[in-house]
Amino acid sequence: MDVLYFAWVRERIGVPREQVETSAATVSDLVDQLVAREDRYAAAFADRDALRVALDQKLGSMSDSLDGVREVAFFPPMTGG
Amino acid sequence: MSVRVQAQPFDPGAELSAVDAGGGGAVVTFTGVVRDVEGGLQAMEIEHYPGMTELAISEMVETARSRWNLTAVEVIHRYGRLQPGEVIMMVITASRHRVAAFEAAEFLMDYLKSRAPFWKKEITAEGARWVEATAEDEAALDRWRADFRPARRPPCA
Repeated sequence: MDVLYFAWVRERIGVPREQVETSAATVSDLVDQLVAREDRYAAAFADRDALRVALDQKLGSMSDSLDGVREVAFFPPMTGG
Repeated sequence: MSVRVQAQPFDPGAELSAVDAGGGGAVVTFTGVVRDVEGGLQAMEIEHYPGMTELAISEMVETARSRWNLTAVEVIHRYGRLQPGEVIMMVITASRHRVAAFEAAEFLMDYLKSRAPFWKKEITAEGARWVEATAEDEAALDRWRADFRPARRPPCA
């Protein structure tokens, strides 16, 4: 699965995207798995409520299933306009 | 109807002139410019999510077209490093009547602010900081929910 990071999430993790081998059922499970890896993930996901997630480029939520999903992105609330 | 996400500058006047308002009525434009609120802003860096950005904005435009009778809609949003005073983005809406054009432009602005995947970073002499989304930005979306009934405005040309 492709996992993408933007803005300060990207800065804390240190890469804009990576391939992650996972059997996580939900977004939340995937975050648990990443956080257990290294401190930089724990730093990025310290406040999950502050983050937004997109599944295959559509906004979703932490409880969403990853079934059939190819691309997951994590980022802070958007500041366009 | 067009959506453009680009690094290069554009001329808002030329964009306005190029709009085919489809027989006239009203054309509303909004232009966003890099603001230096506290002074000392050296640059604004805008990051986005290529692919999702275009998808999200196109969806907003489709929603606007389904809610208001629009003869033209254009959204242009830049990314990359911008200087204070530079144009960041522009929304153009055209309709037979001004209320539809104004409302559709406001709707698009409110959604672009908190639902299009852009992130702004301010670069100052003291360092860099990510611009934080505000509760007001999020609350601004409430008025566009299906069950929200705004006060009626008088009819106009």
